[in-house]
Amino acid sequence: MKKLHFKNIVRMQLFLPLFALCLMLLINVIITPSFFKVSIMNGVLYGYTIDIINRASELIILAVGMTLVVASSKGTDISVGAVSALSAAVCVRLLGSSYDAYAVPLAVAILAALGAGLLCGAFNGFLVAKLKIQPMVATLILFTAGRGIAQLISAREINGVMVPGQILYVRMEDYKRFGGFLPHVVIPTPVFIAIGFVLITWLLLNKTALSLYIKSVGINQKAGRLVGLNSTLIIFVCYMFCGVCSGLAGFISSSRIYSSDANNIGLNMELDAILAVALGGNSLGGGKFSIAGSVIGAITIQALTTGLYAMGVTADQLPVYKAIVVVLIVAIQSEEFKRWKSLYRIHKMAGKGVTE
Amino acid sequence: MKTNVLKKKLGGNGFLLSVTIGMFIAMYIVGLVLFQDQGFGTMQTFFNMLIDNAGLIIAAAGMTLVLIAGGIDISIGSVVGLVCMMLADLMENKCVSAPNAIAIVLLFGIVFGAAQGWLIAYLKLQPFIVTLAGMFFCRGLTAMISVEQIAIKNPTFLGIAQANIKSIVGATVNKRGKLLYPFVHPNVIIALVAIFAVWYICKYTKFGRSLFALGGNEQSALLMGINVRRTKFYTYVLNGFLAALAGLAFCLNTTSGFVEQARGFEMEAIASAVIGGTLLTGGVGTVVGTFFGVLIKATIETFIRCDGTLSSWWNKIVLSALLCFFIVLQSVFVIWKSKKKKA
Repeated sequence: MKKLHFKNIVRMQLFLPLFALCLMLLINVIITPSFFKVSIMNGVLYGYTIDIINRASELIILAVGMTLVVASSKGTDISVGAVSALSAAVCVRLLGSSYDAYAVPLAVAILAALGAGLLCGAFNGFLVAKLKIQPMVATLILFTAGRGIAQLISAREINGVMVPGQILYVRMEDYKRFGGFLPHVVIPTPVFIAIGFVLITWLLLNKTALSLYIKSVGINQKAGRLVGLNSTLIIFVCYMFCGVCSGLAGFISSSRIYSSDANNIGLNMELDAILAVALGGNSLGGGKFSIAGSVIGAITIQALTTGLYAMGVTADQLPVYKAIVVVLIVAIQSEEFKRWKSLYRIHKMAGKGVTE
Repeated sequence: MKTNVLKKKLGGNGFLLSVTIGMFIAMYIVGLVLFQDQGFGTMQTFFNMLIDNAGLIIAAAGMTLVLIAGGIDISIGSVVGLVCMMLADLMENKCVSAPNAIAIVLLFGIVFGAAQGWLIAYLKLQPFIVTLAGMFFCRGLTAMISVEQIAIKNPTFLGIAQANIKSIVGATVNKRGKLLYPFVHPNVIIALVAIFAVWYICKYTKFGRSLFALGGNEQSALLMGINVRRTKFYTYVLNGFLAALAGLAFCLNTTSGFVEQARGFEMEAIASAVIGGTLLTGGVGTVVGTFFGVLIKATIETFIRCDGTLSSWWNKIVLSALLCFFIVLQSVFVIWKSKKKKA
């Protein structure tokens, strides 16, 4: 009876992601003993764990968007990093670099950033849902062009000529609050934004039938259409939503460094987001999904990143380890691997039968 | 009768190919008119296009094979970057001779292609995920070797890189009245040989024919008795080799290794193949079209360089727009075809 109970826990969808997170935290504690120490420095919380939650905020937002894309269209959106850079460039360009006032109200700039993301998402969604192009190929267009467009937007006047490809700065103090800390609050602002965003998404999905729709379209698009779901529209909306997520993540990233760096904002984020989705126990083949799993996955990835930094791995070398983890997870998830496993089990049972 | 044959030819993949070739000729004529005073019409400008894009021609040929088989490989850009870095590091820091270094990187390409091919063919993982991981893996590995730019000073290697192979026709007279023969570097010869080999493989070998069958419909290919897994595996191995060869040709042009090198190369290769009439759904495509796809990309580059006022970022944006246009064209073409079949 007890054994059965354990098996039930193991079979829960969230077991594996949580297990991976605990494992990652354990490894981190072994490497850096002061891992869980949280102290107050300059009036704000400070420590490895805070850093992980803080830095994971953008990734959580991206992973939520990516989860819906994967679930509905069986493909991934690899343009999220480039779209983040684009949105950040739009936001920062609009705000201007004056020390006294913003060129446009802050709310307008934020909405413009989200709008830019929405537009990119709509473009991807149109290609995927309407024209039925493979998601990764369709998003490859923005993956390459996105940063180019962001560079063109990041133009600054030098000697009377607009020169693109510059790093633009926002000099107003309160712009830093979104990526830093609100006054008299000890927890970083991005954490609040991420929590709020995930909550809204969760309510939107689970208090309406949207979650069910996305799942059914993801499992079988044709069957979804036959029971009266507008599959095309649902996939399109998922891509638009992912675009908005990218826009929000880009805005937070730009606020962190109070500038827009078209080359580096959201760099390699697409892999992290896919990794978070896969680690969260979501199949990359579409269908069933769990937002909570993706959130845990995102935190795990950030723990991995922070752990690797603590071990002295540079940012350039990180992708090597992450690539290996991705391949391992996807290989374990694959049907073929499961078949091999069951074949092995049958083989073992047959062997037992003979000996008995 | 004659129109019937023509219709048949234009109705199939010939339609997409003819759009490409027509587009290239139109662009070239526009270039001749706009930039005639900058020597756009000379043979050397055309040869420079080939010299600059020799690596891309090889990589795009490999990509065409993979696309025909119904897969995709987005790791080749970072493989090219890694190969350049390996060549530079092996020759400058490890004192390996040029032929050995070249042999090592080509072997690496085969091994890397085999690893990806195994995961895709035998574990049945999505090609995109596997090669996305491969892309980040190689880029990270490049950074592990060195984050500094390494210039290659190996005399043998530079000798190969800078050897001029002159063409007898198309000579021009310069301002001082000296006769200049247009020339190409050996990397163009490598590219032309590679593209001919790929064309031959596609057209006249058992492997090439099963590639088309596999891309057209995997199920029926299996029923026809084709070893689907092995064919897929070999495709990726061949593609890995071609990517490494592309890296070599690329390195012969740049003669250095750098982390940021060949970023976005995979996109250019895919764009060239798609512009050249290769269907992303698999089963249709020719290397000849891909060659013209690369030429179109080279013409855009030459335009932007001749204009002089446009930012180099426009390269990528125009190419992406072109890719988008052709993908949409294909998709419409496929939808139209399937509707016609139903009717």
